[in-house]
Amino acid sequence: MEKFEGVTGPAAPLLRANIDTDLIIRIERLVGTGRSGLGGFAFEQLRKLPDGSDNPDFVLNKPAYRDSPILLAGPNFGCGSSREGAVWALMGAGIRCVIAPSFGDIFFANCFQNGLLPIALPEEEVRRIAEETEGSQGAGRTTIDLKRQVVTTPEGRELPFAIDTRRRDALLQGLDDIALTMTRQGDIAAWQARDRAARAWAWDSVQ
Amino acid sequence: MARTLFDKIWDPHVVADLGGGWSLLHIDRVLLHDLSGARALNEIKEAGYPLAHPELVFATPDHAVSSAPGRTSETFAGGARLVAGLRQRAAETGVRLFDLGEDGQGIVHVMGPELGVVLPGTTLVCGDSHTCTNGGMGAYAFGIGASELKHVLATQCLPQRKPKRLRIRYEGTLPQGVSPKDMILHAIGRFGAAAGTGHAVEYAGAAVRALSVEGRLTLCNLSIEMGARAGMVAADDTTFEWLAGRRFAPKGAAWDAALAHWRGLPTDAGASFDRDLLIDAADIAPQITWGTSPEHVLPVGGVIPDPSDAPDAARRAAWTAALDYMDLRPGAPIAGTKVDWVFIGSCTNSRIEDLRAAAGILRGRHVAPHVTAWVVPGSERVKRDAEAEGLDALFRASGFEWREPGCALCVAANGEAVPPGARCVSTSNRNFVGRQGPGARTHLASPAMAAAAAVTGAITDVRRMEAA
Repeated sequence: MEKFEGVTGPAAPLLRANIDTDLIIRIERLVGTGRSGLGGFAFEQLRKLPDGSDNPDFVLNKPAYRDSPILLAGPNFGCGSSREGAVWALMGAGIRCVIAPSFGDIFFANCFQNGLLPIALPEEEVRRIAEETEGSQGAGRTTIDLKRQVVTTPEGRELPFAIDTRRRDALLQGLDDIALTMTRQGDIAAWQARDRAARAWAWDSVQ
Repeated sequence: MARTLFDKIWDPHVVADLGGGWSLLHIDRVLLHDLSGARALNEIKEAGYPLAHPELVFATPDHAVSSAPGRTSETFAGGARLVAGLRQRAAETGVRLFDLGEDGQGIVHVMGPELGVVLPGTTLVCGDSHTCTNGGMGAYAFGIGASELKHVLATQCLPQRKPKRLRIRYEGTLPQGVSPKDMILHAIGRFGAAAGTGHAVEYAGAAVRALSVEGRLTLCNLSIEMGARAGMVAADDTTFEWLAGRRFAPKGAAWDAALAHWRGLPTDAGASFDRDLLIDAADIAPQITWGTSPEHVLPVGGVIPDPSDAPDAARRAAWTAALDYMDLRPGAPIAGTKVDWVFIGSCTNSRIEDLRAAAGILRGRHVAPHVTAWVVPGSERVKRDAEAEGLDALFRASGFEWREPGCALCVAANGEAVPPGARCVSTSNRNFVGRQGPGARTHLASPAMAAAAAVTGAITDVRRMEAA
């Protein structure tokens, strides 16, 4: 996994409730495109007009936000499908952090598998960061410091955020989850031996 | 101490306490489909990990295959490589694959229960958010992404934080014309698309106990549309009768041992939940969605809402965008809205009871001339059972296309899509922007409501059709 320590840049506001992972990346792009080619398709239904041209009103098409590494979103961001391609597409489009009042559970878990940081802040705070950024025509920078667990807004306000310790450490160090679980192989084998005795039906029925 | 069904499954599946609220959870069953499964098997091979327990893994192609009559894995060229990859890796690793045309093939969440792969009291994952469907068997089943799927295939375990417990009790009796789909859409409309975030949901109460297994699978299917990764219904005699004799269900003495275990799993009287919600089943009307989130839902007699009435700014923005996308006007009744397409299928509503419910409305009636109507059975088994009952003939005679099992128009990842701008009443689970194809406008409803819309060519209260 890619390490994540922090990021600085303009935070692009997309403050609509329930942005689902279908909207982040269309499924046929996952059928036909490799993991690394998805960035150009992120939010394509918002980014493009029906005639295929860029929608000038979509936030990531505006010059000030074209290279935003931070996305500000509404509640329940990333709800819906489990497609991890949503995370790959966002990262491919240069996004390293999403700040929203809440997230879909599966998307949230997928973020941490790839080095994208989802930060939950109260809706009023997300809105204020958006106002501070837009008030500066996108010139204002937001800074994320994962070690200190602080978001610094364009006006310099410091907002602490909560993050699970295990997940924070994994992001900071770029840890491989599977390798960690592999160190527990003894525990797993012992559990399975006990379970085969206690619940033989759960194992034997699929032999 | 009184414990919940969820605790009684979770606690004994903890292999190790990882500290900080994390547990290493054992996963008893894994389901794979052509989209996430083929990729996971490829990536795990590249990473150099063997499968920990291929005998616990079951695969079928469903997402990226055509549903056209006479289809093969090549009919949709875009998916052919995925299916071929799934076949090849399954053969290499010893994963059992149920292929096109074979008894067992179907939408992965129809296949799992139908084969007896999904058992009460077990843990199950799939790289698919609708894995929650399988909780209708009394299992703890949840969807995961590609990385976590690789993790499970390599280790048979997954580090997890224990979710909170949410119970939704449906007491009383469902009115005529109201289905399990309406029960869950009603709950999502009332409590919101994020009400279940961070929770495992147990559906309980007299109206749930009265449901068939098919109905319980439908109910649990939309748990993720309420934000919950897992939904479950305690297994009972209805479950056991349905499960007995299925291909991978325990047999003989093993069945008796399993049954003894399963009978101890239901939530104890007095067990506490982090949240406990109550719905009077008698209050539920047939539901229809109007927008682009499953929480944008109304009783069919309702009126399209006005964004100025939205509870907050983020929802006002979402409602405004949804009305624009759906080409609907606030204040208008939703009933009477003209429809172009009807889709009966998906892991929500493609089982035999769903087809019977739709057929009950269609008998002696015909699809409106301007409507294209598809029925896509959820599995090869459902298809064969339906054909044995003559349902295929009834659907065809009424003007529906009778197609091959798969995800089809629910996901539009298979060359099949509702055309841009067309309005579709669909028995699937997601009315997201572009879900059924770029520009497609989706209204979610039950199979009976979908059949009623097909016949009248407009969104219609199915209870009026039944009375006619």
